[in-house]
Amino acid sequence: MSSPFVYRPTDSPAAAATWTRRQAFATDLRAVWGRAYPRIRGMGREKSWIFFEILLPFLTTSAFVFVYRALNAPPQYIGFVVLGGAMTAFWLNVIWMMASQLYWEKSQGNLELYFAAPMDFMSVLFGMAIGGLVMSSVRAVVVLVVATTLYDVSFAVDQWLLLLAVFGLTLAALYGLGMILAALFLVWGREAFHLTQGLMEPVYFVSGLNFPVARLGIVGALAIGVMPLAVGLDAMRQLAFAGTDYPKGTPSPGVEALILVVMVAVSLLLARWILRRLEQVARREGRLSLRWQ
Amino acid sequence: MSAAIEAPALDVRDVRRVYRSKPNDIVALAGVDLEVAPGEFFGLLGPNGAGKTTLIKILTTLLLPSSGTARVFGFDVVDDTKRIRRIMNMVAGGEQSGYGILTVRESLWMFGQFYGLGTRDAWKRVDELIDATGLQEQRDQRVATLSTGQRQKMNFARGLLNDPWIFFLDEPTLGLDVAAARSVRELVVQWKAAVPGRTILLTTHYMAEADELCDRIAIVDHGRILAIGTPAELKHRVQTESIFRLELDRLDAGAEALSRLPGVVSASVAADDGDGHERQDVVVNVVLADDAALGGVVTALGRLGSQIRSLRKSEPTLEDVFVELVGRGFAEADTADGTNRANATNGANGSKPRLAAESGQSAEAATGAEEELV
Repeated sequence: MSSPFVYRPTDSPAAAATWTRRQAFATDLRAVWGRAYPRIRGMGREKSWIFFEILLPFLTTSAFVFVYRALNAPPQYIGFVVLGGAMTAFWLNVIWMMASQLYWEKSQGNLELYFAAPMDFMSVLFGMAIGGLVMSSVRAVVVLVVATTLYDVSFAVDQWLLLLAVFGLTLAALYGLGMILAALFLVWGREAFHLTQGLMEPVYFVSGLNFPVARLGIVGALAIGVMPLAVGLDAMRQLAFAGTDYPKGTPSPGVEALILVVMVAVSLLLARWILRRLEQVARREGRLSLRWQ
Repeated sequence: MSAAIEAPALDVRDVRRVYRSKPNDIVALAGVDLEVAPGEFFGLLGPNGAGKTTLIKILTTLLLPSSGTARVFGFDVVDDTKRIRRIMNMVAGGEQSGYGILTVRESLWMFGQFYGLGTRDAWKRVDELIDATGLQEQRDQRVATLSTGQRQKMNFARGLLNDPWIFFLDEPTLGLDVAAARSVRELVVQWKAAVPGRTILLTTHYMAEADELCDRIAIVDHGRILAIGTPAELKHRVQTESIFRLELDRLDAGAEALSRLPGVVSASVAADDGDGHERQDVVVNVVLADDAALGGVVTALGRLGSQIRSLRKSEPTLEDVFVELVGRGFAEADTADGTNRANATNGANGSKPRLAAESGQSAEAATGAEEELV
């Protein structure tokens, strides 16, 4: 039929409501791409991110480089800082554009439309994560390439495959954590916003963004056990600067990769479980909608 | 209507919704019963805070009822959320959804993905709806730059993407100018007429809108349905007598002569319009026990030497119905308690409205002022 008001005619609402598994899965996949789209598309339209997301963090990284140089630290430490600077992009993205995103979505009225649509809400979270990953990767690559060139960082990689795997697992675990935090926002709202803000600097510190985390002793060990950024960054440093002396007791990259695998599995399952539980709580307490509408 | 549609479009049984709040809980819905047939254009009419939006949120699976049951085409709003979401869509007045950084076309495409439209199919569907809603010139314009009316048309296009069987419209013409509101109403009517069985639940506090569009209307106040019926039935409730307004060239015998006629309850000369112009004719309001008494009045006027220049039956409005049922007018109801109830409800369910109120700006303005994060 040619009318714009008739699109996918069905015999009855019951027929329209009955979807095959394949149809439901395809919708979930499309929703992932749909939600990633504004982030990827937006990169080319709002140029201000180049200043805020690349130049300013690059200056922070540079400051640490000059401190280490002034202290005559081993040259690998410059590389540690550069790698940490690149990975900061992903952590910031998780905090600002994953964890607190649902708070903004609710303010804009998008949240209720997402829940009123037939896809699994996890698709929205995956879409946010993928869109955020693309955005942050650009920043990370720029910081890495420019800083490596400018500060003459030499990498010594023996196990490329493991390095790539650890990198991928770190991002998966980080964004899994972001999904958990995002789900918490459904119920805690502004309180969760303050929580993530409060977490930002401590996480920077105990993740060892600018120094090997094992230097923190027992705190570092704990961080490696529970924080994706800490364990991932530590493994990547060991793999990217092979042959460097690390503090005694530092787990091997292989062990750290396994820790990351567990973190990915736990965070995704936990995010899904929390989301389902909290959706019910949010529906019960009326937290999905803009109340003034 | 399709023979395959057996369940009522909406079946609401004793639904209550209570918001926890201090010092007192707020009862948004106090036991609502409602049945809407497939293919009906059903209106919920009531002042702010009456419970209309709460009912819509429950039916669109965004809010759980505190007690009672509600079904959409036979699917339970608590347990069958996925199925309901596949066959419904919703548009609210003043909606600011989407991302301002995207164009109209991209924004609609994005929402199309959430309903499982294939990538190419979605672009085609989006273009069709852009044409249907008259947004051709804004097709590649960023959403952030649209006017209120254009934005609402885009919201309608979004709501029609998945070809819903039931369309929930929550104050859809709120804040629109006359032309934009008319355009939106025409769209709704065209969409509904295209396929038998399509159902619309409209909430509004615009009486004329409800009167014009709805097959049946429920008048809601304080979380209760006070009356349900067609607009004509509701108006008939408050009009047990017929009122006629007659413009005569003269009435030398006075209105009393008409009052004495059989079937005439009362007759009075209408007050001057107060427009400052001297009126040449006489306007008489005649209240009859039944329309049949009109013949006697016309005959009597001829006998009295009066010529009838115009004759019009006065119809009660839905506002009259509301006043009769509630004991106060709509505007009065809004200011007396509706706003307070709405604010109290906001405060019970999220910090944002409270913040907006504290800062002395409207919630919408507060939202608009926030930096958009995509």
